[in-house]
Amino acid sequence: MSIGSFLTRRRGGASWHFTDVLAWIWLVSGLILMFGPVIWLGLSSFKTRAALSEFPPTLLPYETRMVEVEGHDEPLPLYRVTTEDGEERLMVQVRRIGTMAQMADPEHPEETVRVPLQAREPVRELQLATENYTEPFERLNFLRFFYNSVFVTVVATIITLIVNSMAAFALSKYEFKGRAAVLAVILATLMVPLSVIIIPLFSVINGLNLFNSLWGVVLPTVATPTGVFLLRQYMLTIPDELLEAARMDNASEWKIYWRIVLPLAMPAIAVLAIFSVMWRWNDFLWPLIVLSDRELYTIQVGLNSFQGELNVQWQYVLAMTVVSMLPVVVIFAFLQRFITTGIASTGIK
Amino acid sequence: MTVESSSEAAVSSRIAGILLAPLRWAMGLIDLPMSWVQRRLGTGGVVAAMLAPNMLIFGVFVLFPMFLNVLYSFTGGGALFLESRVFVGTEQYETLLDCRTYLDPASCREDRFWRAAGNTAFFVIVQVVLLVLVSLITALVLNREMRARGFWRAVFFFPVLLSPVVVALIWKWILQRNGLLNAALAQVGVEPVLWLVDRNWAMFWAIFLSIWAHLGFYTLILLAGLQAIPADLYEAAEMDGTPRSRVLARITLPLLWPSLVVVILLALIRAVQVFDEVFVLTGGGPGSATLFLVQYIYETGLAQQVRNLGLASAASILMALVLVVLTLIQLSATAWRERREKR
Repeated sequence: MSIGSFLTRRRGGASWHFTDVLAWIWLVSGLILMFGPVIWLGLSSFKTRAALSEFPPTLLPYETRMVEVEGHDEPLPLYRVTTEDGEERLMVQVRRIGTMAQMADPEHPEETVRVPLQAREPVRELQLATENYTEPFERLNFLRFFYNSVFVTVVATIITLIVNSMAAFALSKYEFKGRAAVLAVILATLMVPLSVIIIPLFSVINGLNLFNSLWGVVLPTVATPTGVFLLRQYMLTIPDELLEAARMDNASEWKIYWRIVLPLAMPAIAVLAIFSVMWRWNDFLWPLIVLSDRELYTIQVGLNSFQGELNVQWQYVLAMTVVSMLPVVVIFAFLQRFITTGIASTGIK
Repeated sequence: MTVESSSEAAVSSRIAGILLAPLRWAMGLIDLPMSWVQRRLGTGGVVAAMLAPNMLIFGVFVLFPMFLNVLYSFTGGGALFLESRVFVGTEQYETLLDCRTYLDPASCREDRFWRAAGNTAFFVIVQVVLLVLVSLITALVLNREMRARGFWRAVFFFPVLLSPVVVALIWKWILQRNGLLNAALAQVGVEPVLWLVDRNWAMFWAIFLSIWAHLGFYTLILLAGLQAIPADLYEAAEMDGTPRSRVLARITLPLLWPSLVVVILLALIRAVQVFDEVFVLTGGGPGSATLFLVQYIYETGLAQQVRNLGLASAASILMALVLVVLTLIQLSATAWRERREKR
């Protein structure tokens, strides 16, 4: 068997069809287009401000090597200089004057030579600008944004799970007058996404004195109709005989809810919890409206305000974008199966 | 199961037990008033108490604002609360819909609304067609027999989980004047382009970005639809030596059609509400080239110096009408699909 036919062999000995080639082209270009930008973000986030403004950009975060030289407080950049007689020397730049640079030998910094800019080339080495990650936390309020986002996500998810599961329990396990009406009302609100009620909701939030508070971000989002429906569909599959048996044993209805139905509905609750965490972590429009105080910004709103500045500090924006992605990436890495089956079976997002 | 893994499971369940202890205690505490309600009012009282928190939040933050939205759209003035607003009848709607020719936004009194509506309509049509097409092709490719299918699915799916701000920033960085795309183009001798300053390119990237971010979601639904197609149909076709194009046209697409309808409608509903990614990427610019309806509502009602809540409410009522129609169609389509699948 030749190498070519070995590499292209297929299960069952079927031959290649032209659609196989097209499919592979689609997959590989998809890989580049979907992953490429994120990898580029990751690589760029480790570059210093100077390296970020370079054109054309380098793939990896290279940095000009800096050398400590006697007689200078700051470290000086090191260059490879081609002298007039064609010899190459390593020199530090003391000062730049127009198209010329004052260069010196690192060993003898007092003797300087003037060198035209094009006769030198910076000595570069791989260097990760980790300060991009630490400085925003130390100086730029990012710890605060992070904390706010965590608060909103955790509190909203807990409340969502509790109130949605209680409502789903009532709507799935009891026959009562008006049940159809309640279901219809919840269904109707599926049609009215937050984006079309922002104006009156804003005045409601103001009326309740929740403007510019994290609770104002949390509360309007917690009674999700999708959550109620997801849990109700699941709870309908729990056999009523279990509940009857518990009632025989004199269990109260509340006990039936949290000792029997809730544990049995755990798979659906887990799916809702994962989705709720992602929804609330990624929310943008509503926090943007409710929060006016910088101290209260969530990470998404904070990122937006940084990128909207006149002089964007990309080195921080990129690093913090990576940080804000991390929780979602971790969730995805461990719980991909839940998420994909959740979407495929219910069509929620 | 080995001894080791079962003891591990025991340890983890014990840890879970300790962590859940406060929850168990709290639930037991709630049981006291709940049992009292049950004794006093019977099971119906408990049901009402169970529904109450969700419905209360729902009523205050969803239903009441919906109702309020209609009232606001008939009022004018700058006051925030309804009681101090002036009733103006249908004036806000008249302002929005006042145009000499409907095809030219410049001839309208509220030209930004019409620009936003026009942009949204264009975006919806182009984005949904391309998005569904790309998702369909991706789903068909992923449905083939292949190694590491999970990996490839994840490749197309993961942007769905990224926040719109992150998506926008990733691409804004690439589309910068001295960004990656211009650098790559410079390699083949193309002059740098200011991608987000040119009107047409800005719209192109708005559409591209939203497809990039959401295609995994629709691919997943279509993939589930494809995998529900019985395999014996394909086997029968293979035995008959049916060409692949015919299999696609006669088996795959007709049987996928119900899922496809749901996907198209979901995509439409989402596309009408386009806002966050594009807002972070372009801010609606250049000019009003990528201004969409939600941004118009947000800016008119909340982000301007002089808030025009009435006008913004009227605009959101008009948008809500479109969404209600689309959602009703979607819900009946979902029901139709479920009926067909059951058969």
